[in-house]
Amino acid sequence: MDSHRDRRFFLKSSGLALAGLGFAPGFLTRALAATDPVRRKVLVTIFQRGAVDGLSMVPPVVEPAYAAARPGIAIPPPGAAEGAAFDLDGHFALHPALGALRPLWTGGSLAVVHAVGSPDPTRSHFDAQDFLDAGTPGVKSTADGWLNRALQASPEPGATPLRAVALQPNLPRSLSGRAAALSMNAISEFGVRGGRAGEALAVRLSQEYAAAPDRGLRTTGREAFDAVRILREANPARFTPRQGAGYPAAPIGQRLKQIAQLIKADVGLEIAATDCGGWDTHAGQGGAQGQLSNRLRELGDALSAFSTDLCERMADVCVVTMTEFGRTVRENGTRGTDHGHGSVMLVLGGGVRGRRVVARWKGLKEQDLFEGRDLAATIDHREVLGEVLASHLGVRDLAAVFPGFTAREPVGLF
Amino acid sequence: MKKPSLARAFVAAAALAFAGCSGAGGRPSASGPEAPAVRIPQNRWTPDKQARHALDRLGYGPLPGEAEAVARSGVAAWIRRQLSPGGIEDGAVDAKLHGLPTLGMTVPALFREFPRPQDVAKANEIEKDGPEAREKVKDLMPPEKRPAVIAHELAAAKLVRAVESRRQLQEVLVDFWFNHFNVFDGKGEDRWMVGAYERDAIRPHVFGRFRDLLGATASHPAMLFYLDNWMSTREGLRGINENYARELMELHTLGVDGGYTQEDVREVARSFTGWSLVPPRGGAPAAKGPLANLEPGTFVFRPRAHDAGEKRVLGTAIPAGGGRNDGELVLDLLARHPSTARFVATKLCRRFVADDPPPALVARVAAVFARTDGDLRSVYAAIFSSPEFWSDEAYRAKTKTPLELAASSVRALGGSVDPAQAGPLARQVALMGQPLYKCPPPTGWADIADAWVGAGTLMNRLGFGAALAAGKIPGVTADPARIASGAPDPVRVAALALGGPDFQKK
Repeated sequence: MDSHRDRRFFLKSSGLALAGLGFAPGFLTRALAATDPVRRKVLVTIFQRGAVDGLSMVPPVVEPAYAAARPGIAIPPPGAAEGAAFDLDGHFALHPALGALRPLWTGGSLAVVHAVGSPDPTRSHFDAQDFLDAGTPGVKSTADGWLNRALQASPEPGATPLRAVALQPNLPRSLSGRAAALSMNAISEFGVRGGRAGEALAVRLSQEYAAAPDRGLRTTGREAFDAVRILREANPARFTPRQGAGYPAAPIGQRLKQIAQLIKADVGLEIAATDCGGWDTHAGQGGAQGQLSNRLRELGDALSAFSTDLCERMADVCVVTMTEFGRTVRENGTRGTDHGHGSVMLVLGGGVRGRRVVARWKGLKEQDLFEGRDLAATIDHREVLGEVLASHLGVRDLAAVFPGFTAREPVGLF
Repeated sequence: MKKPSLARAFVAAAALAFAGCSGAGGRPSASGPEAPAVRIPQNRWTPDKQARHALDRLGYGPLPGEAEAVARSGVAAWIRRQLSPGGIEDGAVDAKLHGLPTLGMTVPALFREFPRPQDVAKANEIEKDGPEAREKVKDLMPPEKRPAVIAHELAAAKLVRAVESRRQLQEVLVDFWFNHFNVFDGKGEDRWMVGAYERDAIRPHVFGRFRDLLGATASHPAMLFYLDNWMSTREGLRGINENYARELMELHTLGVDGGYTQEDVREVARSFTGWSLVPPRGGAPAAKGPLANLEPGTFVFRPRAHDAGEKRVLGTAIPAGGGRNDGELVLDLLARHPSTARFVATKLCRRFVADDPPPALVARVAAVFARTDGDLRSVYAAIFSSPEFWSDEAYRAKTKTPLELAASSVRALGGSVDPAQAGPLARQVALMGQPLYKCPPPTGWADIADAWVGAGTLMNRLGFGAALAAGKIPGVTADPARIASGAPDPVRVAALALGGPDFQKK
């Protein structure tokens, strides 16, 4: 009830303030109509661009073929004297650098999907990322992204321009399309500097962008100026992280921190997307320590902080990680791994049936590998993403989101 | 049999290694053959409009009054001069860049003058790593001796040239080809090599032959390090690393649909085994024997690391025993492949004409590429003479990248950049989404509007225009009155002009 009242108050007062500046508060009337005391569900997607080595993130430690294929970089099994992985289910274990995720695993809100990937065999980062973002593996002509089609499939007439946000400089392909979505590197970008003169300049520029002949600029301009108004009122920066939520300084930490602020500020966020790079470990990948483990620690610590920060609000939030493909089972000539196929996704949230590694596991024996060298992908990315959309966000028309694709059987994440 | 081939390999390696040091490759080939003809097809555009289009697309936008001047003296003639930049006097910029000493230094000299922290530690016998040791090392490295200086000077030079060079097309092309053969300054030792890479591998060849450009990038230590080829060896030693082989075909030549297979990736990687570099101290053990006098950060062919067997690339056999030449044969094959002509033509037409370049234009440009054996000036001339380049559909259809927006804004205000204080301007460009020389993936920056204008970056663009107009970017002088002559409030008018939707386009 409280949040209901606060929201109405905020809308009313901001409407007045903006009317004074000469802004047409159209988005506010829309938002008023949609005022909803029910807390909305939020989906957060993290794209590990560069192809993370799933066999290091969640190594199948009990299989002899695992250590045999990776003499220099295998993660030591649970119980090893140094750098031991954490046991998950007796077969799989968690990379030691992801230790911050253990309480989430034990608490039952974290699930792992293994040997997941694309039906398309490409080993090009660019193509594979494009296919995953578009949600149409093998088809390059798809105009929009899967997240955007999810927005289109459940239209929300009163949505704020902050319904779908990418926390990074540019909109990822997954969010581009007909439905409104915007990107920001930092919430603080959305301020008008320069006092009254700055505000007057912003009013003038917002009018110019509203009349721009270029459609892209017109749309982006409208979204940007609407977002400025909303964020000025909601001021997400006042929500400092809860005690104990130690976000790492790495970009993924700072981005998740700001996503949490947007959630807490109640600005209408439903989908947040962000990239996380540094996974293309061709050389000097490292094992329990080293290059890859440093990246994993940042990711694990960031997810853990996010979960702590949102606390009970995590019941409404689902976080999904994905990557374009995995890496070769065998270590290459430079203590790294080359482009492979199947990898790992993490699914984290209040509604998730966690503490499980979900897989249609074939194993690492030579005859079971994809093209004789890579972990075969036995679960399609879209099976996981589709289930998240349907079960968490309530998207009904999955055929519109992933055209031509039907899941064989439920992955059973919810 | 073995001895002479080893000796040959050494001579070749040494020659290559030192080629980069002389700086002799720095002359553009423009003083050579005459530039190909450029004809502007008949259309309804006024000469002023033609000039503005040319200045926006071939350069970083017009200076105050420049469009009118170019229109008067002839747009086609201006383009022809830009295609032969050796004939354009640019001494003022050269003089300015003299203040940036790292620009002219060789990679070994840079490693010497700007030692890595671990080298400083070693030289001073600081053994343990840890906060205390790092503090000690830091004290031994005065700011003017820190490796960050190299990156600062590189970014400063890029901004000075984009804003002030009269060889505008050359600077646009250096940017284009660097991005095509992208190398990330943030990957380890590449910080010491990226500037030399642009200077020695990219800049001398942008008006030359594609094959020369390709060969120069393939053998440059910056690329060998960035895509890991320097460590790739025949099976039995460390083993193969596929990274360079794959990106060479996908991103540098054939394009992802250019018709190669995983098997080709493997075979190309085998061909390039042994193409390596002399690592800085502290890396792999220093080379012994005749290679011992080569300096860190230079190319070296390691015959022992090379896979001497026969290879088969795109259906063509590469006979056993070719040594270093295997890689050259692969580059020959790739440079002349029809997919490469198409891929390079597509990228150039996307840069100069439209995000979605007209297929008919791409086909014609690819044909010129194939017919001239990749003579890049002929390829550019074909684009600039095409009706598509001068079409209404192309006019102001491209969105400026952050670098282009920054440079064109300073130019529009008749401004200049202080090379000793270009950091604030470089930071603005980064804030708008394009940190200079810091694009991590080998794809380089995207060349389409969608990649550049998000809501957040748009706000930063507007903020940049306002800050520049108000004179609040240190190191940049700019006069708002140049774009807002006679207005009672030139700062505001200039901020509106630079931040407005029209100025985001080119």
